[in-house]
Amino acid sequence: MSGSTAFWYASRATGIVALLLLTAVLVLGILVNRQGRLPGLPRFAVTSLHRNLSLLSVAFIAVHVLTAVLDTYVSIPVTAGVIPFASGYERFWLGLGAISFDLMIAMIVTSLLRGRMNRVLWRAIHLLAYLSWPVAFAHSIGSSKDLQHGWLLYLAVACAVVVVAATAWRLAHAARQVPRAARVAAVFAQHTTDSRRSRRTRETV
Amino acid sequence: MPETLDSLKVNPIDCTGHGVCAELLPELIWLDEWGYPVVDPRPVPPQLDREARRAVAACPALALKLMRR
Amino acid sequence: MTTTVNEPAARQAAALPRLLPAAPEDLRRHLARYGPMPYRGQAGLLIGDIETSGLAGRGGAAFPVYRKLAIVARARGRKVVVANGAESEPASRKDELLLRAAPNLVLDGLQLAAEATGATEAHLYTHYGPTPQLLRALAERAAAGLDMVDVTITQAPPRFLAGQESALVNHLGGGPALPTFQPPRVTERGLRGAPTLVQNVETLAHIALIARYGPRWFRAAGTSAEPGSMLTTVYSPDGKCRVIETEIGAPLNTLLSSGPETRAWLVGGYHGAWLPLPKAAALTLDNGTLKKYGAAAGAGVLAALPSDRCGLTETARIVSYLAAESAGQCGPCLNGLPRIAAGLAELAGPRPRRQVRADVERWAGLVEGRGACHHPDGTVRFVRSALTVFAPELSRHEKGQCSATNRRPFLPLPDGIPTSEDDWI
Repeated sequence: MSGSTAFWYASRATGIVALLLLTAVLVLGILVNRQGRLPGLPRFAVTSLHRNLSLLSVAFIAVHVLTAVLDTYVSIPVTAGVIPFASGYERFWLGLGAISFDLMIAMIVTSLLRGRMNRVLWRAIHLLAYLSWPVAFAHSIGSSKDLQHGWLLYLAVACAVVVVAATAWRLAHAARQVPRAARVAAVFAQHTTDSRRSRRTRETV
Repeated sequence: MPETLDSLKVNPIDCTGHGVCAELLPELIWLDEWGYPVVDPRPVPPQLDREARRAVAACPALALKLMRR
Repeated sequence: MTTTVNEPAARQAAALPRLLPAAPEDLRRHLARYGPMPYRGQAGLLIGDIETSGLAGRGGAAFPVYRKLAIVARARGRKVVVANGAESEPASRKDELLLRAAPNLVLDGLQLAAEATGATEAHLYTHYGPTPQLLRALAERAAAGLDMVDVTITQAPPRFLAGQESALVNHLGGGPALPTFQPPRVTERGLRGAPTLVQNVETLAHIALIARYGPRWFRAAGTSAEPGSMLTTVYSPDGKCRVIETEIGAPLNTLLSSGPETRAWLVGGYHGAWLPLPKAAALTLDNGTLKKYGAAAGAGVLAALPSDRCGLTETARIVSYLAAESAGQCGPCLNGLPRIAAGLAELAGPRPRRQVRADVERWAGLVEGRGACHHPDGTVRFVRSALTVFAPELSRHEKGQCSATNRRPFLPLPDGIPTSEDDWI
């Protein structure tokens, strides 16, 4: 039994944890945007968790890549973590992993520099999350036999279901959102009805 | 005498009323009945300076700023 | 820094009217009356005279003109000057009249401002856009080689906020006429990032005269703290509207009637304040005096509300318009103004519910100072003055009575409210 097997197990395990973390990060990101709350936790917890878990994910992915590289059973260059299709082994599926990771790095770096950059550009890059996650998911299913059956498959599918549901929720809100030019009219309309019922609502900017 | 002349200011166009700032800095920020922050315009007292910077960093919309008067 | 003073014409021009000729003048008559273009030959030279003259902006904010000129003049790189004739205050007619009767004074001022600040780009932003008359004036000036900088005429969208500095710059840059958060001010970073001087067309007309006749001539009218003359749009109780040029500091009762046919005065337009009669009858048209009553001259809109109208009804109508004209960008304004408008509508009707007045006052306190522009602040000032001046009427309404006999609207409001993004382009 060589160290290579331990590395291989570590890579698979950290990969799975990374997928779970990324699922949580995406859902939390949607929750921040929708001003949702986690039961029992203060508002800043949602945004804090989103940011901290995204950094934790990067750490897990770094270990995931390094352990795969260090494992001598297959030959994967260390550059394969960020350069797509640089690996001879499972070129395509590992390439997807690199693409996904590159997108994540872009999202995180721009978020760290958020105060100094154009707001519209920051948002456009951050929306790449909706591309990064499915690509990471495809990478997970495609490169690991583990996830293709048994409870790990169910776990992966569950993550996908959660992401699809959260994204659908987000899209539904975007569809419902009142355009800026119609917001005042919406407050007028809403206030005339709820002043009768003295219910407090507010129009979101 | 405050060490810094910085005071808090909200960009009301960027602000969408997340309310994170008021949670982190209730001494200087409270929320109106619509969930938008009302900010104490006076210079931030030095003992709250760190909390103020934390609140500025935490705003999901980057709408809270610490600015020279 | 010598001042060019054309003595015989100066004595003539010291008297009013200074800005409005008896009939619209073409370029030849304009130059015959006022003399040639008083270019100084170098950037910055005019600014000292403007400072000495004490000229304040005539667009409503009354900001010292020399300061804005100096900030833009000091800046490096490309600079822009804009003549603001958007006249987005619905009750104001002075800019429109000035542009029709004396466009060359405005255009002179625009060129002088460009020279003083070192600007290489000039714009004229007006309610009606490039009219044949304005285009003809520009063509005449071009033929005479009068203008140092080309002027582009742009039409402002018919929004209340279209004349706001940052909204104007936003629109000229190709976007909607929506205010932006300041800092940075447009004088630091304006049109396409360049420092931009925005001055009301009347202010530029005054600059054109000061450059010819000097600051001492300018100060011969008005008060020492607020020198010069200003254009006012005056509404008399019979509904007639006239644009009158007056000295600053003139008694308001020389412009507005204060007899029994008048219920109250409105000074400063829809972001101004109501003034009670007979208490305010002796007041003068200057910000120093008006400030003590919570009012300001603004862009010079003055109205005498007839005694057969209800002040609360007029106020409610106007605030409903002001709320609909909110940019809808800032939470407090977006949520507060429509609620205030609805509350005032109820107060203007019979037997308003008990808590409505308190609600309106609370909302007023919540929106003040919390927008990216001063729209909520001006609206709150107008609302608060109504609640004070028309307090006796409020009591009557609570009992289901009203002392007004005429339900017809008095003050002008445009038709239609903005409903889509296109209304702001």
